[in-house]
Amino acid sequence: MVEHRPFLKLLSHLVLILGVVIVAFPVYVAFIASTHKTTDFITGIMPVLPGSDFWSTYKTVLFTGLAASGAPPIGLMLGNSLIMALAISIGKIAISILSAYAIVYFRFPFRQLAFWIIFVTLMLPVEVRIVPTFKVVADLGMLNSYAGLSIPLIASATATFLFRQFFLTVPDELLEAARVDGAGPLKFFKDILLPLSRTNIAALFVILFIYGWNQYLWPLIVTTDSAHYTVVMGIKRMSDVTDAEPQWNLVMAVAILAMLPPVLVVIFMQRLFVKGLVETEK
Amino acid sequence: MAAIDIKRVGKTYVGNVNAVSDISISIADGEFIVLVGPSGCGKSTLLRMVAGLETITDGTVSIGARVVNEIEPAERDIAMVFQNYALYPHMSVYDNLAYGLRNRGTPKAEIDARVAEAARMLELQPYLTRKPRALSGGQRQRVAMGRAIVRNPAAFLFDEPLSNLDAKLRVTMRGEIKQLQKRLGTTSIYVTHDQLEAMTLADRLVVLNGGSIEQIGAPLEVYHKPASTFVASFIGSPAMNLVKASIANGVISIGDRESGLRADLPNGALTLGLRAEDLRLAENGAGFPFAIAFVEDLGAQRLLHGHCSGQSVVVAVSPDLPLPSELRLTIAQERLHFFASDTGKRIETTSF
Amino acid sequence: MQTKRTIFSSKVLPYWLILPQLAVTLIFFVWPAGQAVWQSFLREDAFGTSTQFVGLANYAAILHDPGYLNALIVTVIFSISVATVSIVLALILAVAANSLLKSRSLYTTLLVWPYAVAPAVAGVLFWFMFNPTIGLIPYLLQGLGYHWDDRLNGTDAMILVVIAATWKQISYNFLFFLAGLQSIPKALIEAAAIDGAGPAKRFRDIVFPLLSPTTFFLLVVNVVYTMFDTFAVIHATTQGGPNQATNILVYKVFTDGFIGLDLGSSSAQSVILMLIVIALTFIQFRFVERNVQY
Repeated sequence: MVEHRPFLKLLSHLVLILGVVIVAFPVYVAFIASTHKTTDFITGIMPVLPGSDFWSTYKTVLFTGLAASGAPPIGLMLGNSLIMALAISIGKIAISILSAYAIVYFRFPFRQLAFWIIFVTLMLPVEVRIVPTFKVVADLGMLNSYAGLSIPLIASATATFLFRQFFLTVPDELLEAARVDGAGPLKFFKDILLPLSRTNIAALFVILFIYGWNQYLWPLIVTTDSAHYTVVMGIKRMSDVTDAEPQWNLVMAVAILAMLPPVLVVIFMQRLFVKGLVETEK
Repeated sequence: MAAIDIKRVGKTYVGNVNAVSDISISIADGEFIVLVGPSGCGKSTLLRMVAGLETITDGTVSIGARVVNEIEPAERDIAMVFQNYALYPHMSVYDNLAYGLRNRGTPKAEIDARVAEAARMLELQPYLTRKPRALSGGQRQRVAMGRAIVRNPAAFLFDEPLSNLDAKLRVTMRGEIKQLQKRLGTTSIYVTHDQLEAMTLADRLVVLNGGSIEQIGAPLEVYHKPASTFVASFIGSPAMNLVKASIANGVISIGDRESGLRADLPNGALTLGLRAEDLRLAENGAGFPFAIAFVEDLGAQRLLHGHCSGQSVVVAVSPDLPLPSELRLTIAQERLHFFASDTGKRIETTSF
Repeated sequence: MQTKRTIFSSKVLPYWLILPQLAVTLIFFVWPAGQAVWQSFLREDAFGTSTQFVGLANYAAILHDPGYLNALIVTVIFSISVATVSIVLALILAVAANSLLKSRSLYTTLLVWPYAVAPAVAGVLFWFMFNPTIGLIPYLLQGLGYHWDDRLNGTDAMILVVIAATWKQISYNFLFFLAGLQSIPKALIEAAAIDGAGPAKRFRDIVFPLLSPTTFFLLVVNVVYTMFDTFAVIHATTQGGPNQATNILVYKVFTDGFIGLDLGSSSAQSVILMLIVIALTFIQFRFVERNVQY
């Protein structure tokens, strides 16, 4: 900063600390709840200090499941979420980088048309055309399957754009040098372009992993069989118990477990996360 | 090693834009040819057509005995050095050098030997495991050269390889390229917009302007007998003075003033070319009056900028020559250049 | 459209490269979207035995349906509240973080992680905190004399979903503001300081105007976010209630189509939403393009 003003600095710290506390508070409350017994929630006010049932709560949700709402153990759901998140992020990256390569490094009839068809997908979030999309997936017999959970979500205009923008910044001379060096299109892609895209792929992976893990509506409608439940949608089924208050300690434990993997990804890959987030919006 | 024959080559882009038209150059085996001209003159396009990176619209390019118009760059047996070096950023120096050989299925032992030899020649041995970003500009340039050398190609193609270097390094690398080419004896085509680089490197210069050849010749030939006003003003520094002149009965006038110089040419207007370094300060009131506007001291040389009959003229003089208060210029008769005032083409004369 | 100066000349390969993306797009995006458009012109009878072409009748019905108009108003209120609150809070936090050199990245880490929390999970967290019987916040509000009940009071329910959606969006806006602040040339701030502008004046006269492209961009993105991505927040908490008070457009499409099984109306709503998205995307792209040019 231009001048030294201790008061402003102090104010900044205060504002930020307040912000951090407010942002973290709901998660704190959830965590505290998950360390108590179900009976602690029947009367009065929710606890604000940790209880002693951390282990038993988490053991229950991970391995036993919730009898009251007929929910399976969370361990399975976490696995399903992981499979879906990985399938979506890897699938999106793979088909996007290939199509961006075709669009940037080749000229072919209908190239423009293909580009615009892909572009259109950017405009249509799944929530908007949920009923007909569901019908297509149902007709293809993809309900209650990992393919049904992931494939309809892996077309990605955003990722295609990101790779296209990146490829356009790769100097033309690199391709020319590679051609003089005897590399054909596939060799150039494998030996030069793919290694150069490493950071972009990683950044995109972080964003897409979060996107895939956090899917809610889609798994909610294409899975009816609890063996394919993902954790984010499972939590909802769990808190929906008729005629009774949910078992809050267990629900909150699931909430904590459901947010943990993507949050850890963001915290430990913050640099890639920021890059991915800022660049996919360009 | 091979000769390169460029025959009536032209390039037309979509929308009938003529980048290059009707270019013919015969390049002998082992010759160092420099294509020089201002930006947009088509020199890079021409080089890229030889490389196979641009399609050829008209004419043929042959390398050795083979017409290569339809042949992939990799099959043309050429190597190219790019302006921005185009090193593969994720590969080590070794891999950058070896990549082209590996793609051709060269045995591992031979790759090792060739890379080692190129690295020795270019003094790159300590850097073989480094990535390009860990190298200085000059070292990157050497790697780009090395990538061409290891291939042992029929021809080197250089696309302004020194223009990303600072002035001092450029001079050093210029010398190295020249020596290396002489040692290897590989036919080379070199593109530059820098006339000094062109003069110092070339066996023969090709001066291009607006997509066509202005002149082909050895550097000194081009310097001494520029074929047009364009070549005259492009080759040599400071640029040749070009003044409007006229001839009446063998006497040359600059503006409306007789110069005291003579030429055996028909009456009429023409352009007179005077090299700054050929002009002398005249003594004893002889010569043509010259009014100084400002002086540039370059150390080895002093440049006097001024006017003769209202036309700007630059004179190069020795820095320790005292300047008289009233300046008059003179020039040796045989140092005059004449150009047609309409076409700008050189007019040969037997000056007396 | 832009390509490389030199390109590969393969004739067949590019089609193979683009095929997977195109196939998924056509099957799961373009075809269903086309279906939605087609369905929006049809009406099924009560038993699903016959359908007839009704032209724009479904659209006319929607626009005269008080429930749809309510959803429209609810969406506008919800979007503007979330966008405004999250942008203002994020800007304050970003300006504060930007003024601290050493601790900036620590605060960034501590502030951005909610981006990774699923909207549904965020909804559940706030649903719990605001639970009228055991929730902490209703308890505290009771102390202030306010009786909170998001299950009966529409305003309370709206406040709840706005808070949950805002909580998640602050991190996103914060990152973009921070990036925007860091791209402001230091020399400009210093020049203003030499010209005698204090910190507040500098923010008003220099920093804020230079951030206006970022602010505009975030406004559009936040509106898109609240219109579509917050489906899960609503579904996990109020489910559009009480009494339609939080029934936003995208939620209504879902309930009418999946629960009400009124395909014609749901499709017409889908088409209207698609038009809104296309308009917003267009605005966003125009903006990005303009921004890239200088």
